[in-house]
Amino acid sequence: MTAPIRAVNDFVVKFANVNGSGSASANRLFAKAILRMGVPVATRNIFPSNIQGLPTWYEVRVSEAGWLGRRGGVDLAVTMNPQTFEKDQAELEPGGYLFYDSTRQLPDSRFRRDITRLGLPLTTICNEHWSDPRQRQLMKNIVYVGALARLLGIDMAELERLVGEQFKGKEKLIEPNVEALHLGFEHAGRELAGACGLEVRRADAVGERIFLEGNAAAALGCVYGGATVCAWYPITPSTGLAEAFMRQCERYRIEPETGKKRFAIVQAEDELAAIGIVIGAAWNGARAFTATSGPGISLMQEFLGLAYFAEIPAVVFDVQRGGPSTGMPTRTQQSDILACAYASHGDTKHVLLFPEDPAECFAMAADAFDLADRLQTPVFVMMDLDIGMNEWLCRPLAWDDSRRYDRGKVMTFADLEAGREFGRYLDVDGDGIPYRTYPGTHPTRGAFFTRGTSRDRYARYTEEGPAYVDNMQRLLKKLETAKKLLPAPELVPAAEPTRFGLIAFGSSMPSVREALARLAEEGVHLDTLRVRAFPFSRAVEEFVATHERVFVVEQNRDGQLRQLLVNECGIDPARLWPVLHYDGTPVTARFLIRAVLERLSDAKVVPFRKAVS
Amino acid sequence: MTYLPKPKLHHPALPKNAIGLTHRDYEGAISTLCAGCGHDSISAAIIQACFELDIEPHRIAKLSGIGCSSKTPTYFLGTAHGFNSVHGRMPSVLTGANLANRDLIYLGVSGDGDSASIGLGQFAHCIRRGVDMVYIVENNGVYGLTKGQFSATADKGSKSKRGVVNTDSPIDLVALALLLGATYVGRSFSGDKPQLVPLIKGALRHKGAAFLDVISPCVTFNNHKGSTKSFDFVREHNDAVNRLDVILPKKPITADYEPGEVIDVPQHDGSILRLIKLEADYDPTDRVAAMDYLFEHRARGEIVTGLLYVEPHATDLHAELGTVATPLNRLGEAELCPGSAALAEFNAAHR
Ligand SMILES: Cc1ncc(C[n+]2csc(CCOP(=O)(O)OP(=O)(O)O)c2C)c(N)n1
Ligand code: SF4
Ligand SMILES: [Mg+2]
Repeated sequence: MTAPIRAVNDFVVKFANVNGSGSASANRLFAKAILRMGVPVATRNIFPSNIQGLPTWYEVRVSEAGWLGRRGGVDLAVTMNPQTFEKDQAELEPGGYLFYDSTRQLPDSRFRRDITRLGLPLTTICNEHWSDPRQRQLMKNIVYVGALARLLGIDMAELERLVGEQFKGKEKLIEPNVEALHLGFEHAGRELAGACGLEVRRADAVGERIFLEGNAAAALGCVYGGATVCAWYPITPSTGLAEAFMRQCERYRIEPETGKKRFAIVQAEDELAAIGIVIGAAWNGARAFTATSGPGISLMQEFLGLAYFAEIPAVVFDVQRGGPSTGMPTRTQQSDILACAYASHGDTKHVLLFPEDPAECFAMAADAFDLADRLQTPVFVMMDLDIGMNEWLCRPLAWDDSRRYDRGKVMTFADLEAGREFGRYLDVDGDGIPYRTYPGTHPTRGAFFTRGTSRDRYARYTEEGPAYVDNMQRLLKKLETAKKLLPAPELVPAAEPTRFGLIAFGSSMPSVREALARLAEEGVHLDTLRVRAFPFSRAVEEFVATHERVFVVEQNRDGQLRQLLVNECGIDPARLWPVLHYDGTPVTARFLIRAVLERLSDAKVVPFRKAVS
Repeated sequence: MTYLPKPKLHHPALPKNAIGLTHRDYEGAISTLCAGCGHDSISAAIIQACFELDIEPHRIAKLSGIGCSSKTPTYFLGTAHGFNSVHGRMPSVLTGANLANRDLIYLGVSGDGDSASIGLGQFAHCIRRGVDMVYIVENNGVYGLTKGQFSATADKGSKSKRGVVNTDSPIDLVALALLLGATYVGRSFSGDKPQLVPLIKGALRHKGAAFLDVISPCVTFNNHKGSTKSFDFVREHNDAVNRLDVILPKKPITADYEPGEVIDVPQHDGSILRLIKLEADYDPTDRVAAMDYLFEHRARGEIVTGLLYVEPHATDLHAELGTVATPLNRLGEAELCPGSAALAEFNAAHR
């Protein structure tokens, strides 16, 4: 007999539901109640590309230690979808718990023997209590949350408070929901008392942190960063970003005297038009952005080249998902790195930012507009489904009220009037960044013609080779300047001196941090560098140069960031060990630990051990 | 090929308009198009229209796609900003530019390949949205810049220079514009400046999506016998329904007309579009009748020209979106950034 798992503030609960059944808000209630008890949680939606009827999952990792990556494995399965009952049960760790609706008797043969069954007749309970079929269905979700509260020791007062907040303004709904919570709580108390060895205990490990989706955070960053034009075309997982921007603008961007809007949002006919609108608006001096995912990036290629060459400050959010477009649209990946870094035809190279969590999505979104204006080039904020569509526990968002937007080098009417020389592509300051003017600035000075074909330093059309080369060299110089302005990589030295390093970025970071801590306990030490931007700064090259071998962790098949490192920094590929996870689920610490140990043992650095779990 | 600046020798006797500018002040670089190309006549008509309307050239933003036609914005209004974007995508770039600053006049110049072939989608959607602009298609039925292939406006049965017969049905951009809700729709001919200049003027004064299909023969690839976009063919088949006179606010109305001869359509800015009827019962404020007329006459092989439709009380995208009166590109931190106090509230709501 496997002993039932016993754990306090350190376990994984996975809810299995049917899409569209109203379970999402109940599951969220569960997670937030634990947070309110001061215990960190990491939640992840796993959902189909479908609106109703297909299976969906919600994973809650409870971790007082604060590990926010996906752990892998499940300790308590809440199986509310008969379709996936077998699969959900199979995922349980030995000694785990299976919570299910026992209204319909299931034969013993349907259950694993090494797990504990927690059956409650949810359907019967709800049918007895409510007559309306839709209400029965919705309340079932709340009843199981109440039952879980009893089983895990979640504070009912927190749950009740959350229900009150959720239905603020719709007070009529509070009472039945609270009633449902208690119904579940009492039934579990009567029928399953003491059956579950998992426990939530009040702690003080959450602090000031907030619980927020990356898409909403990035959208708010656009509001704070002064974006006024948004053009987009719906695509999962980026849709939420544009929709959040809409909501937040309605809240923060209404002119008080007139009720008019200090923003313009256009749902374009496709991604080509979306980026075209952004380019037109940015050319004309507004801060503009689009939010999309891989297939949209593909459609935008020609325009992105134009923006690069015409030096237009466009901001693009790429909330990455599995490719190709017909493949895994609702699964996470970091697989558009190359597509964005070198987007378009001809010689192009773009600025990429890699936020690691929603708080950084907010900060980098706002920064992206300053960078785009300063550098006069497209800036990509490389998010992914995991960050974009899941609520993450992260540091609170911060804004310095003394901050002023950096609109970059823009010549004003006064500048032109004073007789300052204007050449649209003239490198006056030696940093590769020329001055621009907005249309309509001055009656006789500062106008120029923007083209995708070549021109000289004064924006005059030319097909002369030397003028073209001159311009392309200046664009390279501009990217050198970019390296100094972009967010620097974040170095975390290992506790002990080591010959080995690890490079990672974006949503992999929580799992990377956990893996590093566990590896250190095993005596394996790695210096870590979190890359936050492309083109890479000198610090990235130095990091690789000062380590014998460097792991590069990414969530794609081809080691795209590693390819960039090899290409752009001239690094010997043999020195960069790829660690690649790309099945569409977020990478786990377990996976990383195993990959690192296997590689080190292949290289005879450490004796092979089974991955620590 | 390099840029050729035009010598700006101002003759003291050149006539000036109300803002003290001469015709010369509305010109651009010397055209590099083929001698006799219809597109150059359209540029000249744009110059004249802007001169006559006393528009400050720098208050216009010129946007185009790719093609011989799309090159022309360099050849007029040299002191205005221009954007030669990518093939078929001028409408989206113009839409964005318009959103950023509602105070400028947006002039989109495109070709039939640019708008009816590769860019049909963007053409349709920017018309649908009612972007406040003047959208001119310089329509020659071929791709001039890539040397004479048929475009999507080439008529079925029309013959290429090499003798190939086009078997595809043509796209009639005027019919599409009417269908999609354009609030000012006209067709003209590059060889008929008296008709074209007022049509451009009316479009420039119109608030909303103004579309002009201007047949503009390509002398190099599509001006032969058997082409339906040649100078001769268009002259022979031109059915002008009206003549337009744009009367600016406060300007005295000079010529007198018999009642029934003219239709006056007042515009939002106080100007009046006076239409002198050439076709007795053509009503340019009736969209459905305009479409009927167009289809009937097209079936007879006629090319209907004139101001085909105008909506007196047109609105534009900004009105639909409810944007503020100040151009968005002029708003700063004070108007745009909610600040740290609002952020503290936001944080509190996410705990
Ligand atoms: C994406 C793309 N495909 C093809 C081309 C090549 N191209 C340049 S102009 C043109 C056709 C232009 O035709 P039209 O718009 O009718 O202009 P015209 O030259 O006839 O005035 C084409 C196909 C291009 N520039 N970009
Ligand atoms: S090829 Fe045709 S369209 Fe192009 S410039 Fe010559 S005549 Fe004009
Ligand atoms: Mg053409």
